[in-house]
Amino acid sequence: MLGATIALTVAISAVMVSIHWNGQEASTAAPKIDELLNVMIVISSFVFSLVMVVLFYALWKFRVKPGDESDGEPIHGNTRLEVAWTVIPTIIVLFGAGYSWAVLHDIEKTDRNPLTVDVFSQQFAWSFGYPGKDNAYSEGELHVPLDRQVHFKMHSLDVIHSFWVPEWRIKKDNVPGITTTAIVTPDRLGAYQLICTELCGFGHSTMRAKVVVERPADFRAWVGGLKREVPPPYLETIRQDTETDPIPVGAGGA
Amino acid sequence: MAAAIKRPGWIRGALGATLGAAFGLALVVVLREISGLSAFQTEQTGYPQVVVPLVTGPLGFLAGFGCFDYWLRWAAGMPTIPEDHSQHGARSWRDYLRFNTDHKVIGIQYICTNFFFFFVSGLMAMLIRAELAQPGTQIVDAATFNGLFSAHAAIMIFVFIVPVFAGIANYVLPLMIGAPDMAFPRLNALSFWMLPIAGLMFVGSFLAPGGAFDAGWTGYAPLSTGAPLGQSFFNLGVQFAGASSIATALNFLVTIITMRAPGMTFWRMPLLVWANLSTSLLVVAATPFIAGAQFMVLFDRALGTQFFQFAGGGDVISYQHIFWFYSHPAVYIMMLPGFGIISEVISIHSRKPIFGYRLMALALIGIVVLSYSVWAHHMFVAGMFSWLRVPMMITTLLIAVPTGIKIFSWLGTLYFGKIHTYSTAMLFALAFIVTFTIGGISGVMLGMVPIDIHVSDTYFIVAHIHFVLFGGSVFTIFAGIYHWFPKMTGRMYDERLGRVHFWGTLVGTWGTFLPMHWVGMDGMPRRVADYAAQFGDWNLLISIFAFILGAVQLVFLYNMVVSWRFGPRAEANPWRGKSIEWQVSSPPPIFNFDEIPRVVGGPYEFGVPGARHAIMGGEAEVAKPEPAAVGSK
Repeated sequence: MLGATIALTVAISAVMVSIHWNGQEASTAAPKIDELLNVMIVISSFVFSLVMVVLFYALWKFRVKPGDESDGEPIHGNTRLEVAWTVIPTIIVLFGAGYSWAVLHDIEKTDRNPLTVDVFSQQFAWSFGYPGKDNAYSEGELHVPLDRQVHFKMHSLDVIHSFWVPEWRIKKDNVPGITTTAIVTPDRLGAYQLICTELCGFGHSTMRAKVVVERPADFRAWVGGLKREVPPPYLETIRQDTETDPIPVGAGGA
Repeated sequence: MAAAIKRPGWIRGALGATLGAAFGLALVVVLREISGLSAFQTEQTGYPQVVVPLVTGPLGFLAGFGCFDYWLRWAAGMPTIPEDHSQHGARSWRDYLRFNTDHKVIGIQYICTNFFFFFVSGLMAMLIRAELAQPGTQIVDAATFNGLFSAHAAIMIFVFIVPVFAGIANYVLPLMIGAPDMAFPRLNALSFWMLPIAGLMFVGSFLAPGGAFDAGWTGYAPLSTGAPLGQSFFNLGVQFAGASSIATALNFLVTIITMRAPGMTFWRMPLLVWANLSTSLLVVAATPFIAGAQFMVLFDRALGTQFFQFAGGGDVISYQHIFWFYSHPAVYIMMLPGFGIISEVISIHSRKPIFGYRLMALALIGIVVLSYSVWAHHMFVAGMFSWLRVPMMITTLLIAVPTGIKIFSWLGTLYFGKIHTYSTAMLFALAFIVTFTIGGISGVMLGMVPIDIHVSDTYFIVAHIHFVLFGGSVFTIFAGIYHWFPKMTGRMYDERLGRVHFWGTLVGTWGTFLPMHWVGMDGMPRRVADYAAQFGDWNLLISIFAFILGAVQLVFLYNMVVSWRFGPRAEANPWRGKSIEWQVSSPPPIFNFDEIPRVVGGPYEFGVPGARHAIMGGEAEVAKPEPAAVGSK
């Protein structure tokens, strides 16, 4: 039965790991998260295979013969087995917790020279403020430089929205009244989509923005070409929002 | 006519509802006139002339219907009406439509009401899937769509899954522990009658100006505090469902602790009883939190309080903490009774004692304790203090351990058994193990912060929740309904139609909810009326399977209705069970037992020579020596 379990585990994990479930990887965090996912897929495949093999073996082997009205064997338990299936899963999940913690620590580590971009969300649009030039501002289109850590400081002007770029594997709610932070290091050029993932009203499914990752020189030129400034009410939001948790996990490289 | 008005019942109930609503309306109008305000207020978050009658009307109905008659007389010092048992038991179908204190009648009332709302909410799911079959907007606009999925979830959770377990346990549990009824039969009846009120409020919100509540069943502030009137219907509906739940849980706790038949020690209780004991411990302590959260939202809306308005010094995220402090335990409230049902079904149909009975009971208690310490795993990306994510992740993952114990113990029970698969209940129980294992695995993945950051609020969540709530809870509900159908109705259901229902449901569930994992990971957010064209094919497939899943439920409905009326008579103990409910007739006598049974052993002593669980009253005392190892390993 162990053989069957292992064979099934190998088969399921081989298929599952070969598929890139999360899509393209476009940030330094993405491969780490995907690797964690793949490790968990392998472990889960084993657990699932074990349950399935035992279940279907039992159904095949111990299915009653027609007309057999007798009872099964009066086995009430087996202390050793019960201890095993308490302790082993505990070890597995604690391993998973430790591994996740390490990944979390890693992906939220702060660099020495990050770029800070302000994100403003409201029903049903995104806009962005950039450092460097005086309060440079763009609506519906976010540009960031390649290979530099970006700290997004997020502000909502009405209800809760959530900032998600699937290729970056990063998501964070924008909450009225507080400043939330997301840390991303984009490492792949291209255009992506920013998706609102917190229900925010009837326009929720249309609340998208374009994200462009470009070379630092192009980025500087683009920001330099921006004509508009962050509107005063938005600056007011930055001033009044409390930053309850400046740097995620913190312990990082800060 | 005058007599009809005096007698508790529908006429007096309707009158009470009218008077209650009129009183509420008058209260608002008069107080506003005195304050120099216009009589009516139609800001979308306000409408006091609707909100107040929504409270007083239902209370008037309950009073008129007779829910408080006995207590009011007692409280007022009047002579109480001597108990002539006229409100107890069902002699005709009409007795199911009145205030009835018999736990068996109440159980049936629950189950029928809950399944009514199951089908209403299921129709909403069909509409949702019809809209999502193609990208773009075809059937409903975005605002209606938001109302549909919000109401779908609220109805399924508050007036189907949570209470239907209370309904099944209401019927079965007093029989199982050898009690003549629940501890507080009148409170039990009141608990039931509050429930249709909650359901009607959720459905009725579609008629409110601005449409149904559309901030999701989670109703996050400040979207909910600024939403149209329908949101207030949700806030109030939750109060009635919650009060019903809390009262029932108290009733179960007192019944289980004080009314077990002589000889039924804790370690001789069937696992269904353990499961309801654990569930009730969760309900009494957690449910007040959602009631509180919804009151705070209602007050923010109608009274101008500032609990969740940052501009007024409120805190937006605190809503989520209070909400999830109930709503995470709620998923165990929706799962533990199901674990109990599965234990009964699997043990009986594999003719073998539950493997590791005591550990199974302790695992339930372990889940209860842990489930109070995991709520913030719904908030990993919410902007709460980040350090809180790590301890919440660890407790979340640890809860997989007691859950795993249950799965492994069921496998242990099957092993070396004599497995019968002719019963639809057993088929659902076996499928539950498979489907719930998937839901558990995706749950462990969601517990890991880095993975959760990516998949939070995507279709992966929708997939996970339906694997555990449909493939988990609803499968156990079907198992329970089929298992105890002969006991409740005295008739057998049609196993052939049962198998059609089973296979259709299994294929429908997997086909609908499995692909949702993939589209979620690939970038499709949840709660959207429209989506990127790249997900079109998957969504069409999902919708097709969803329609199969929906259609096959009609087979279930047909089977239940027709079998209840015309099915062959059931024997007392068609599955050859050991627990007490199978030792009385089907359906049981109005007062359950002529003489309270005496419990002399564990509930699952299959295959133990000479073992008995209970000696029924009137039975000649057999002087057989009881086996030494009863009720333990």
